[in-house]
Amino acid sequence: MSLATQRRVLPGFGLSLGFTLFYVSVIVLIPLGALFAKSAEMSWSDFWAIINSRQVMAAYRLTLGASFIAAFINVFLGLLIAWVLVRYAFPMKRFVDALIDLPFALPTAVAGIALTTLYSERGWIGRWLTARGYATKERWEQSLTIQSFTYPWPDWQGFGESWWPIGVAWYKKIALAPLGVVIALMFVGLPFVVRTLQPVLQDLSREVEEASASLGATRRQTFSRVILPQLYPALLAGFALAFARGLGEYGSVIFISGNLPATQIAPQLIIEKLEEYDYAGATAVASVLLVISFILLLIINLIQRQSVARAG
Amino acid sequence: MQTLARNSSSDSRRSITAARWALILAAMGVVIIMLVLPLVVIFAGALSEGWVAYRSAIVDPETWEAIKLTLLTAGIAVPLNTLFGIAAAWLVTKFEFPGRSLIVTVIDLPFSISPVVAGLMLVLIFGAQGWLGSWLEAHDLRVIFALPGIVLATVFITFPFVARELIPLMQSQGTDEEQAARLLGARGWQTFWRVTLPNIKWGLLYGVILCNARAVGEFGAVYVVSGNVSGQITLPLRVERVYYASAVSIVPALAVASLMALVAVITLFVKAVVEWKFKRELRESGVAESGANVG
Repeated sequence: MSLATQRRVLPGFGLSLGFTLFYVSVIVLIPLGALFAKSAEMSWSDFWAIINSRQVMAAYRLTLGASFIAAFINVFLGLLIAWVLVRYAFPMKRFVDALIDLPFALPTAVAGIALTTLYSERGWIGRWLTARGYATKERWEQSLTIQSFTYPWPDWQGFGESWWPIGVAWYKKIALAPLGVVIALMFVGLPFVVRTLQPVLQDLSREVEEASASLGATRRQTFSRVILPQLYPALLAGFALAFARGLGEYGSVIFISGNLPATQIAPQLIIEKLEEYDYAGATAVASVLLVISFILLLIINLIQRQSVARAG
Repeated sequence: MQTLARNSSSDSRRSITAARWALILAAMGVVIIMLVLPLVVIFAGALSEGWVAYRSAIVDPETWEAIKLTLLTAGIAVPLNTLFGIAAAWLVTKFEFPGRSLIVTVIDLPFSISPVVAGLMLVLIFGAQGWLGSWLEAHDLRVIFALPGIVLATVFITFPFVARELIPLMQSQGTDEEQAARLLGARGWQTFWRVTLPNIKWGLLYGVILCNARAVGEFGAVYVVSGNVSGQITLPLRVERVYYASAVSIVPALAVASLMALVAVITLFVKAVVEWKFKRELRESGVAESGANVG
């Protein structure tokens, strides 16, 4: 059917186009434009001066590093859960399947204080950790507030010195502070991986697996050579979605990480700058975060388009 | 020959079952530690000092104000985004036009923008130093630190949910039924109410549920625009305030949080029911595969 006839047959093109464009502009595009206009007001050197400070770089490192680690762990945990949910029958399966969406449904602030309660020194998991000599929230906060505590990256001058976002020395010093952030981001990111994998696992053809087995492959070989390669796009998309979500996450992280200079994530820094009426600073920090998110969105779209193209 | 091992050797079958159960147990362990415990600890903690303490933590005028504001905000944001979702889905699935895929991409944008950054954008427009700041002040209007800001922030964050659910669903259904209705003489709105809406009702409901859950629970964006003005905070902000206000006990914060956790549990339940109904209807109508997007 040609374009013209279709338009004539179905009504509402003008109305829905007008309403959609108006709504999208008012709600998304104009605010987005405001942010970029504000950052365009700044000179490049001013912009760079804000970004290249120790505090901002530390926040980016923690945000990127913790999001990356959390998303990476979630890929494995998510694969395990999705696999079990798709392939096996077991009691309470429907209940578990519904529960996977809890991080979508539970307000992030509620998740944040729930996790903090769990992992604090007297919490159910925290108590267990403390008894085994691991540091918990209180301990790491103490270690951060001692006078002698040095900043994680005392000589921070740029990206040159280390590529890994979480310094090893820091990691040893306050074992669980970045881990608190990772725990929170694992919670919010898990459903992204599971929900991306589930439909793909469902659609895998069993014949190929049976063929692989009948050709003499062991179960492990079948999994790693036949099943896993088919899952790579979905695993990567799930990872990218969880990673992108982690970058912007605020509510679930702030309670467990505390608002200390060394455990500040990038969104926390934006709020701090806003509270000091430093709009330029907040905008600069936000626009870098936004650009990173957009690049991730682009990657996710490419992966999905590619896998759709392959499937079709 | 391993080929027939799966079927013939009972030894191997037993090892498959054992591996299976090991995987199931491992997955359950992850689910319990990562999802069940955080949920249970909210209710257990909230009730740990007894029912009276729980009640007194909840029955509080400020908490009540926060509940009202939250309901009001969601009551405005969810219908707006539902309307938009239907219009946008109709637009991009029933018509072919240049710029169509651009619109689809823009609809997804809020998912990749940090809620805090979203709040900042609104401050840059409506705040005292913002684009419209002086104009708003001259006309004695408040957006930031007031209800309009909170609603705008919530609308921004929950903007894609309904559209995202409907687009793949309506795409898979195509335009045949609507075209038939039109050819048989149905008017535009008749076509929508009698043909399209019944077809998309479960997907629509599903999107509305997700949109509502997020609207009720949004924290970061609302935190930025509400600026902690008393009486203008939503329930998630109230949770945060109670949490920091009582250094001695976490019970009051968990008690307020338990209200929202209850909403989350109900959301999950309704969502599961809707999914189940949707799948059953698909099976009955024989439209296999096409609606796999939901769930």
